[in-house]
Amino acid sequence: MTAIAPPVVRTKKSTGSSGGRSGPVLWMALPAFVWFVLFGIVPLLGVVALSFTTWNGIGEIVPSGLDSWKATLQDPGLPNALWVTFLIMALSWAVQTPMSILLGVFLATSKRYREFLAVLFFIPLLLSSAAIAITYKALLDPSFGLGSGLGVEWLNQDWLGKSTLAMGVLIFIVSWQFIPFHTLIYQGAVRQIPTSMYEASQIDGAGRVRQFLSITLPQLKYTIITSSTLMVVGSLTFFDLIYVLTGGGPGDSTRALALLMYRQGFQANLMGPASAIAVILVLVGLGLSLLLRRLGGRGDESQLEGA
Amino acid sequence: MTYNPMSRRNFLGLAAGAAGAAALAACGSSGPENSGGGSTNGGGSGGGASYWSLSGPPGEPVRKESIKRFNDANSGTKIEEFYYQNDAYKQKIKTALGANQAPTMIWGWGGGGLKEYVAANQVEDLTDWFGQNAAVKDKILPSSFGAATVNGKIYAMPIETVQPIVLFYNKKAFEKIGAQPPQSWGDIMALVPKFNAQKIAPFSLAGQSRWTNMMWLEFLLDRTAGSEVFDRVFAGEKDAWSDPAVLDMLTKIQDLVKANGFQKGFSSTAADSNADQALLYTGKAAMMVHGSWSYGIQVAQGGNFVKDGGLGWMNFPPVEGGKGDPTNTVGNPGQYLSISSKASAEAKETAKKFFSTTLVDDAEKAAWVKSGGVPVLKGSESLFQGADAQFLKDMAAIANGAKTFAQSWDQALSPTAAETLLDNIAKLFQNQVSPQQWVDAMNGVIGK
Repeated sequence: MTAIAPPVVRTKKSTGSSGGRSGPVLWMALPAFVWFVLFGIVPLLGVVALSFTTWNGIGEIVPSGLDSWKATLQDPGLPNALWVTFLIMALSWAVQTPMSILLGVFLATSKRYREFLAVLFFIPLLLSSAAIAITYKALLDPSFGLGSGLGVEWLNQDWLGKSTLAMGVLIFIVSWQFIPFHTLIYQGAVRQIPTSMYEASQIDGAGRVRQFLSITLPQLKYTIITSSTLMVVGSLTFFDLIYVLTGGGPGDSTRALALLMYRQGFQANLMGPASAIAVILVLVGLGLSLLLRRLGGRGDESQLEGA
Repeated sequence: MTYNPMSRRNFLGLAAGAAGAAALAACGSSGPENSGGGSTNGGGSGGGASYWSLSGPPGEPVRKESIKRFNDANSGTKIEEFYYQNDAYKQKIKTALGANQAPTMIWGWGGGGLKEYVAANQVEDLTDWFGQNAAVKDKILPSSFGAATVNGKIYAMPIETVQPIVLFYNKKAFEKIGAQPPQSWGDIMALVPKFNAQKIAPFSLAGQSRWTNMMWLEFLLDRTAGSEVFDRVFAGEKDAWSDPAVLDMLTKIQDLVKANGFQKGFSSTAADSNADQALLYTGKAAMMVHGSWSYGIQVAQGGNFVKDGGLGWMNFPPVEGGKGDPTNTVGNPGQYLSISSKASAEAKETAKKFFSTTLVDDAEKAAWVKSGGVPVLKGSESLFQGADAQFLKDMAAIANGAKTFAQSWDQALSPTAAETLLDNIAKLFQNQVSPQQWVDAMNGVIGK
């Protein structure tokens, strides 16, 4: 998962620093900063500039004021793409989060067979999205896919040809692919919770479910926010999977913002409107990650009071 | 058609790289890099020229052979060749043109894409050259020049093969229901329930690929109203799609979809895996409208299907009361090679020499026939021999006998209009838009 928005850096107010101030620390950020400016900020400004022009990718770049923006905002494809993007985001979050938390908690206990299972769970994470998409496409083929291979009639649905089914398949594959990653995050976070909390609650007579709801979940608060940010912002950039799996179809039912941008820019040769969509995509991404940071509270209160 | 799946990183690189054309060229490359000499400046020694085209059989081996022939015969000059997959090529060439890094010879489909190159002054005007080299022009089928001509001037040389779209059918499937291949649209609609009753899909269609659906519209519109309606669209006439024949044609298509004329789940089937053709040769479907290039695929993948005479083919049947000439056909009237206007004078000379010698010689003609295609070069009929002779003869007869050989719509229109077209066609087959909505949407992009 790549997040297009840079993480907001929250500098701690002087915590009685032990000499050196922040001089050497800034130096360390320099390589990343140069890289980010060169390949993040500069192209971004370029895209903003392009969104005020008309260009077919081959000929002259002609400044055209707000034409591209007007065309983009009036295009009925835009609200549809926003809705599809939101739907993918919300549904994949709703499926992935509970499953990742439960799996993470399950895998956090060190038991031999669980470690073995953990290795198996991570396999999807190793595969490229394009390869996954091609494989699922073959498996779901209504004429030569899994259904006809195994002779199971109900598997022979028009999986990628019906709007709702195609969306469902997409969410399923996204979840299948990324749950391992988030499980890994939760597994690490659960292991960080002091065992003393569980021991104390046990003495007070708390059961497993009670422990999970009153200790594990609250302790995972920041992890949930981190993982959700990655899911939400990451889902904005889903492209390869959708492009290979459905191409945005059937019709435009899985055409998310990134696909709309690609379609306008590289298939319809309308670089101006495509850049406008790119800017919208960046703004949505930034807005969402800021919002999620806010939801996370101030972030400087201790979670371990009394532990 | 093949996909070039890009990694997300690559894609973001592309999106970001839109900042500058140079950046685009740097980030978008997924194929081989063009090394020094073959680039636009044409540098190299002795006027080397570069050539980009599509990879994969049946075309690539023939293309390689031609270039080898030319390089062997002209020791002083050299053509450097690069091959890309279909979709990757389309992007690569666009990016290269935008960055002034185009190859000397630009391979393409003519029509709307070529028109865009012309508007950007990217390709040489070859009208005078063809005037001076009338002997070269005379060796090529005249009908192939239509898609190479923009505003009365020729900007590309027709090469390779003529590919009409035809109706393929599985003879065994017809024996099974005791019926004859359809002679009219009425026959088609009558055959649909008969095949469905036998659990055979009447037609195979790779609906996810969109351009496959488009072939149906092209034929149906031509058969109902003749080629004039699309000519008006092509000319950019206002509201040209608002012809009653268009509504009639769109309604017929949706009727066929509603009558289960295509295999179950056709919208999930993609052409890039040749699943649509597999349905036909495995007998799961009875008929298929597809380009003539499908023949070679069925020979190669269908086992003994073609060899045992299982495959039949015919021109698309007429529609009752339709105005269109039933000899008309659509498809690719050829492939096209243009010369980059940014190439060096020596590189241009090399390219022109390649055009006037190797691309029109007998070995070229024979190689394309052997690959299972009908060459754009005249007088190839005598070369049709062996197992494929009948098919090649019939294709040549369809191509040469057609009153009009229309170019596929998505190639004829500008990329902008073509994208809207394919989009709306997919929605039409999904019943997501009504015929009237389709017409309105398409009128909106006329001339764009």
